Amino acid sequence: MEAIIKSIFPIAVLFGAATVAFGVVMMIVAYTVLAERKVLGWIQGRIGPNRVGPWGMMQPFADLLKFIFKEDIVPDKSTKFVYFLAPIVAVTCALMPMVVYPFGPAITNIDLSFLPYGLGDGIKQIPLTVAQIDVGVLFVLGITSVGVYGIALAGWSSNNKYSLMGGLRSSAQLISYELAMGASIIGVVILAGTLDLNGIIYAQMSSPWYSRWFIIPQFVGFVVFLIAAFAETNRVPFDLPEAETELVAGFHTEYSALKFALFFMGEYVNMFTVSVMCATLFLGGWYVPGLSHLFPVGSLLYAVFSVVGFLIKISAFLFFYIWVRGTLPRFRFDQLMNFGWKFLLPVALANVIFTIILVYFLNS
Amino acid sequence: MITSVIFFLFAGLAIACAISLVYHKNPLYSAISLVGVLISLACIYVTLAAPFIAAVQILIYAGAIMVLVVFVIMLLNLDEDKPVVNRLPHLYAIGGILGLVLLAQTFFIFYAVHRAPKQAVNTDETVGKTLSIGAGMYTEYLLPVEIVGILLLMSIVGAVILARRLEYPQLEIVVDNELERRNESEIKDEFRIRL
Repeated sequence: MEAIIKSIFPIAVLFGAATVAFGVVMMIVAYTVLAERKVLGWIQGRIGPNRVGPWGMMQPFADLLKFIFKEDIVPDKSTKFVYFLAPIVAVTCALMPMVVYPFGPAITNIDLSFLPYGLGDGIKQIPLTVAQIDVGVLFVLGITSVGVYGIALAGWSSNNKYSLMGGLRSSAQLISYELAMGASIIGVVILAGTLDLNGIIYAQMSSPWYSRWFIIPQFVGFVVFLIAAFAETNRVPFDLPEAETELVAGFHTEYSALKFALFFMGEYVNMFTVSVMCATLFLGGWYVPGLSHLFPVGSLLYAVFSVVGFLIKISAFLFFYIWVRGTLPRFRFDQLMNFGWKFLLPVALANVIFTIILVYFLNS
Repeated sequence: MITSVIFFLFAGLAIACAISLVYHKNPLYSAISLVGVLISLACIYVTLAAPFIAAVQILIYAGAIMVLVVFVIMLLNLDEDKPVVNRLPHLYAIGGILGLVLLAQTFFIFYAVHRAPKQAVNTDETVGKTLSIGAGMYTEYLLPVEIVGILLLMSIVGAVILARRLEYPQLEIVVDNELERRNESEIKDEFRIRL
């Protein structure tokens, strides 16, 4: 019995950690949708949803119930297997990067001796990350780039020309902007010397005060990353795959009920992912300057306030997304392609070369 | 124990996806199966302590190259109802021979691995980590990396040239149409004059 519990314990802890992370991310995503409707309402001089619960706070759950109880319509001439596969791929690829999010610093001064069977023996610290992967940045980039299959296959399998156009546009857009996004991250990776997300945060903490956050030495990279992130998540002004004035609703025209909800959820989780990446790579992640003077490093309170700081940074990016949506008009498709290939990519590559030269001369 | 379970899970998935890749007549299903093969292989790389290779496999093969392939298949819009014409029946024989060679190779590798002296696993090994791969690429294996880089540059230049050449006939067609239209209008004018 004791042996079984001891062998199952680490797996159970990982499972629990993943569940907690999932719950936190899903709640934030649900309230991002509400915040989007509220903020858009304020930008347009409206009130926004305010009927379900106080100040409309229960609106996300009402929306979810509505999605569950709607009629699920499957087009007759669709390719059934791919049609059902597409939303699953989209939402899985959106949720998978969650395991490498660096939510906060490791809690080191903790006493686990109260656990039975000596389960806490040998555990020196509790990292606030589900999985510590050596190549966290590449993992996030890779999984989000696989997510394009969800959209492309949805467009193809619906047997609808508007859906197909949406899927094609989305594939072309993602291939184009992925390059600029990857190139803009290289500058940060060169400065940090690691691909591990927590490692990048520690590199920012240990750099001199004038580059404490990598947004200062990598401002060009930050701007390129932010623009490419808008394109990667199909948000305004790059929402051509679902441009409702041209393509009805783009790739998800033929999707209804819970399958549409999965696409919707995937899009908002992707928004959250790029916000996490932006905060981690350029704004120091969970690192709040001066917090180590208030609480000892490694204590529970230090971790809690770091997580709060991280969530505030992420919320700032999410608000920026909504703000841009309420402000900017949509690109034309040829403008989008020209902008991506002829402006964003050269700027990102120039930034990489400039960073390499800078690091070389600073180190020598 | 868990490692071997995971290995057999993803190895089985890779083989199943590979069979479906060859079996399906619809090219899009084949492409999706190939993505499945690539992702299962990446999972096996992770269990073999090579996370960098796994991430790059997903990022480049599954995320970029196969997206392009799917893109092309969707654009071509192949006719599914058309019966598949068996154009090259003699390729079955060649395929069979190549399959036998592959099988012999596999058995040879099994034999060689079986004969090789057992080595203790070094837990401090950094092979497969990003830092050691980068250091190896820019010191010990610099020449192969440069050669591959030049090869890729050549292929990019070739692709640009091939894509450019396709534009010329289109331009000519436009010009021809324009000339024809002018000729027609001249003829009409002549008719009008005659009438």
